[in-house]
Amino acid sequence: MRVSEKIIEGLLWLSAVITILITIGIIWVLLSESIAFFSEVSIVRFLTEKEWTPLFADKKFGIMPLVAGTLLTTFIAIAVALPLGLTIAIYLNEYAHARFKQVIKPMLEVLATIPTVVYGFFALTVVTPFLQGFIPGLAGFNALSAGIVMGIMIIPMISSLSEDAISAVPRSLREAAYGMGSTRLQTAFGVMVPAASSGIVVSVILGISRAVGETMIVAIAAGQQPRLTLNPLVPIETITTYIVQVSLGDVPHGSLEYRTIFAAGITLFIFTFALNNISFWIKKKYQEKYD
Amino acid sequence: MNKKTTKLEAKELNAYYGDFHALKNINIAMEEKNVTAFIGPSGCGKSTFLRTFNRMNDYIDGFRTEGDILLDGRDIYAKDVRVDELRKEVGMVFQKPNPFPKSIFENVVYGLRIQGIKKKAVLEEAAEKSLRRSALWEEVKDKMDKSALALSGGQQQRLCIARALAISPSVLLMDEPASALDPLSTAKIEELIYELKNEYTIVIVTHNMQQAGRVSDHTAFFYMGELVEFSKTKTMFTSPQDNRTQNYITGRFG
Amino acid sequence: MTNSEKNRLKDKAFQVFGVFCTFIGLIVLAVFLFDIAIEGFSRIDWDFLTSLPSRRASRAGILTAWVGTLWILVLTAIIAFPLGVSAGIYLEEYSKKNRWTNFLEINISNLAGVPSIIYGLLGLEIFVRQMRLGGSLLAGALTLSLLILPIIIVTTREAIKAVPRSIRDGSFALGASKWQTVWNQVLPASFGGILTGIILSLSRAVGEAAPLIVIGALAYVPFTPDSPLDEFTVLPIQIFNWTSRPQAEFLTNAAGAIIVLLAITFLLNGIAVYLRNRQQRKVKW
Repeated sequence: MRVSEKIIEGLLWLSAVITILITIGIIWVLLSESIAFFSEVSIVRFLTEKEWTPLFADKKFGIMPLVAGTLLTTFIAIAVALPLGLTIAIYLNEYAHARFKQVIKPMLEVLATIPTVVYGFFALTVVTPFLQGFIPGLAGFNALSAGIVMGIMIIPMISSLSEDAISAVPRSLREAAYGMGSTRLQTAFGVMVPAASSGIVVSVILGISRAVGETMIVAIAAGQQPRLTLNPLVPIETITTYIVQVSLGDVPHGSLEYRTIFAAGITLFIFTFALNNISFWIKKKYQEKYD
Repeated sequence: MNKKTTKLEAKELNAYYGDFHALKNINIAMEEKNVTAFIGPSGCGKSTFLRTFNRMNDYIDGFRTEGDILLDGRDIYAKDVRVDELRKEVGMVFQKPNPFPKSIFENVVYGLRIQGIKKKAVLEEAAEKSLRRSALWEEVKDKMDKSALALSGGQQQRLCIARALAISPSVLLMDEPASALDPLSTAKIEELIYELKNEYTIVIVTHNMQQAGRVSDHTAFFYMGELVEFSKTKTMFTSPQDNRTQNYITGRFG
Repeated sequence: MTNSEKNRLKDKAFQVFGVFCTFIGLIVLAVFLFDIAIEGFSRIDWDFLTSLPSRRASRAGILTAWVGTLWILVLTAIIAFPLGVSAGIYLEEYSKKNRWTNFLEINISNLAGVPSIIYGLLGLEIFVRQMRLGGSLLAGALTLSLLILPIIIVTTREAIKAVPRSIRDGSFALGASKWQTVWNQVLPASFGGILTGIILSLSRAVGEAAPLIVIGALAYVPFTPDSPLDEFTVLPIQIFNWTSRPQAEFLTNAAGAIIVLLAITFLLNGIAVYLRNRQQRKVKW
């Protein structure tokens, strides 16, 4: 009996430890292949060259165009998701009836459950043609539609995390504001939002992290042309799209081209890892403040 | 009254939660087939002390004891003591009724099932016996397959007592067993305790001094982790020896 | 206009804006679903569901794709369920509060934030290359299992946490061991919540295309897989493939496939929501 208890505990422990092995696996895979990559291409070239053409005869290995493409689509996504998500959070918290909130929240969550490949289809076949009606120079593949659709996908993430943050603000603060004759709007922006600011920042950082790592929307709708530009109207390529592009082709295992996807992958991993940890750090500080 | 043997004993017992010294040098000996009440203000250590007798504190991070707790003269914190064996001997009833979200029958026989007993006849016999002893049989005999959560609070608590009795312990620990119940249910539980002491050694923690007076033979008063006074219940309530006991039972703090 | 009148006007204006923002996402969603429905429903018929892929859009079907998706769903569930639930049980019931546990927890939240395509790179090196599974169903299911593991662990822990302490105490006091208590009391009481989490995580896995593309799942598979070691495709990859083609007929095919994929996703989510509501309506402790 005691022995079987120990064995079961050991198995459970092992399952938990597998999560550590996954992290080690990710870091090991990314590092080992990128080290091989960087032994052929110097890290200085990787960071400073302005072109990314590893699949062409004239090979250039500057990651900047991919990073620029990633940041551009991310920026557009947040520019859409933050105002909308935050307004929704404030509206649901300060204005809406409890019943309305109860109905609306799960409906908004539906936005987060739709597969991203479906969003990509939407961006390419609905949003881009629609925008081309107003913006004559808009290319068939562009950062703008991909970014906007990605923003719509991220709305529920920002709205629900911000709402949690706002509703965690002590009641007494809100009552104090109302007590001095503030309107709901003044209370929301003068008291609630500042008091919940760290939670809102966390929601935005997690939104950024999500957008940076998003793959299918940009792979379908933003193009596959690495380009160092801030112009949202032309085709670009993100880090994730590049990895998909290479995976779809026939690049031999162990070649330099094959290793580029790991170099791109580790760049992506560093970005999201940093963003996630910043958000944990803020969250932790914030919790201490209210305890 | 003939001289009874000692069932439970604590010798120079100290207990700590991390740095907090929860029980301070406790010495007590409780007689067999007797009801002992633990009284004292909240946080005085009486519940902690009760839970050392079946080692329920083992699961709390940072809890440790020094000194000995003896059951029938045997140290229950000794290395070769198996906690599951100990708990078959020392049953426990909690403050809030905590029936499992299962049928009434499955609740009563749970302790037997985990010992590996599968024979339907054995389980049914044990269930009836325990439910009769806890004065619940007549009320539930026709709905043994119904969820235990559908019973009233008082019935649930008697079910929890039946559940504890089913594994035939010799000691029954009760942690404020009636504090969540209405007066009628409380009266039933107290009546039950009176019946049960013919067969079991009972230790009951209570906040209610009248209750201690009604059900117990001996009473122990705890204050800030110390055992201040331990004597016959009658003696304690009529002529307490210590000032703190006097203040507590006359309601000057609580 | 007095100051206070101005303030009240602003307040009203924001309220209108708030309603607008709340509905804009839903309106976009509705427009989109409507658009897909118009484009795709006409395409869905028995042939579409039972035909193999083809170069000719009008003859191409999604048989291999949805069969592949079902395979992936079942295999991923079989792999991720025991691992995730065991890890959740360990962290909630067994682990002591110390640095090591803290490290495990931080690590799991970090894994939850790793982009899915990175899991694809992990799967490519470990399962496809090192374990020589190739672009097989098994390699795909293993990769997706790692991807959803953090979600399962977190939801399992929440479900277990909701089981009141008193139930555990009651079990321990009757002489039950830790595992007996977990197995007989904690797991049955939290099963609804655990199941909800698993179904939600599977609905996430069903929609994933990126990691499977990276491990080499193919867009064109001319047969339905019949063992976990066969090559495969899934609905999201088929949709991606058709969406990338220039001909409009393929877009119609993609819309048809999207309807099937959304039906599966919404069905899974619906089941999860139903289970959650039923769980909440149960008798409170």
